[in-house]
Amino acid sequence: MKIFGSEITPYKKYLTRRQFIQSSIATSIVSTLSSNLCATHEKQDNQYSDQVSQNDSLNTYEEITTYNNFYEFGVEKSDPSSNAGQFESRPWSINIEGLVQKPGVIDFEDLLKENTIEDRIYRLRCVEAWSMVIPWQGFSLQQLINKVQPLSNAKYVEFETVYRPEEMPGQRRNILQWPYIEGLRMDEAMHPLTILSTGLYGYDLLNQNGAPLRLVVPWKYGFKSIKSIVAIRFVDSEPKTTWPLDNPREYSFYSNVNPNVDHPRWTQATERRIGEFFRRPTLMFNGYEEEVSYLYKNMDLTKYY
Amino acid sequence: MILSTKIVKRSKPIILLLLLLPSMLWGVMFVQGNLGINPIEKLMDELGQMALRLIIVTLIISSLSQYKFLRSLQNIRRMIGLTAFYYVVCHFLTYIVLDHFFNWKFIIKDIVKRPFITFGFINFILFLPLVLTSTNAMVKKITFKIWKKIHYLIYIIALLAALHFYLLTKADKTEPLVYLGIILLLLLWRFYYKIIRK
Repeated sequence: MKIFGSEITPYKKYLTRRQFIQSSIATSIVSTLSSNLCATHEKQDNQYSDQVSQNDSLNTYEEITTYNNFYEFGVEKSDPSSNAGQFESRPWSINIEGLVQKPGVIDFEDLLKENTIEDRIYRLRCVEAWSMVIPWQGFSLQQLINKVQPLSNAKYVEFETVYRPEEMPGQRRNILQWPYIEGLRMDEAMHPLTILSTGLYGYDLLNQNGAPLRLVVPWKYGFKSIKSIVAIRFVDSEPKTTWPLDNPREYSFYSNVNPNVDHPRWTQATERRIGEFFRRPTLMFNGYEEEVSYLYKNMDLTKYY
Repeated sequence: MILSTKIVKRSKPIILLLLLLPSMLWGVMFVQGNLGINPIEKLMDELGQMALRLIIVTLIISSLSQYKFLRSLQNIRRMIGLTAFYYVVCHFLTYIVLDHFFNWKFIIKDIVKRPFITFGFINFILFLPLVLTSTNAMVKKITFKIWKKIHYLIYIIALLAALHFYLLTKADKTEPLVYLGIILLLLLWRFYYKIIRK
């Protein structure tokens, strides 16, 4: 969503003046410490700048490709970028299974040919209360779903990550139940914001970011955006996904970004944007409320968190 | 062979320097922007883990110093304990200043609401009586017997610190469990010598 400068009311600024003063004091403290602390964002005059929202700036390629949660390659943030070198992301194919008229195997190269790849600048909010702004390339999942034609009783879509313990050291241990499984309700999967990503910053996805194909659902916590997908399954009941299986008290199926429902371990009211000193308030549905809130109209979001 | 008190006492300044060195190094790296992509989190993790390790070192010293030839180690236990507290304070300050920038309303809610932060905060409070009774004058004033009783708190502190670490770990709990195991072993060892051998 794009906000034009003319739409910003000075009154709003006035209401948050204390915050502004507080932050300017702190900024001066920080800037005397070092310029490096706040200087990691991408320069504003990049080729994606016209798609970046008013209050956001892009994270750098380095940040996006070296600070990752991808437990298949290890649990530390730097593990995926250091351990993913062995991983072979080509050739690659995706199995289309379940309640669908055209099941089968789709070659990744065909997928690239058949779909128009577009730029999508999204905020990514991790359940651990950090966030980034990432320029993805990809295509909407809707396009693929329409092509394979799910049956009318297909209510959910289930995704599966590749299982290759010989190339993915994290899978040699029972950190989580492998392979990683994620899922979406059909209307969430069909939503125009939901994409399958194949690249970022104009490059093919690196292994640590989920090469060659990953899901991106910007209004949900990052772990819903499953990486290195090998199977897409159409099913009639809510898929048993990895994190709720691991810890049902802390995670549930929907996992929409919601500042009003705290996770026992991380506060969800605020977040640290990588590269910034001050925490930001977390926005409902990660700032995509206008686009997606209708999906959850009559749902108690404290129950279906 | 006996580790002489003289050697232990003489090496105190150098040990202190070595114990403080990591914090200085992380401080410099932080200011230079060399603590990785999420430097505040990194700094907080390192400081917290160092505090936990030093707490465990004091427990190890307590257990080892019942052997005559290692008794002299007792002379550095207080220093290491105080250094552990120094790391606890740095860890807590990082949380207050860098992570939440004096957002007290938020911090208080955080302490009350989230168990792992509650345990961390309780630990900070429990540490205070140990620090306040750490001088020779205070030991004399409250008598050694009382002092000893107060300082058994360190076992509770160690267990809570490991629990704090365990609760904040998302999936791979090996590391906090190793710390927890070491603490329980040391506790058993002390218990064995105190109750059964006497």
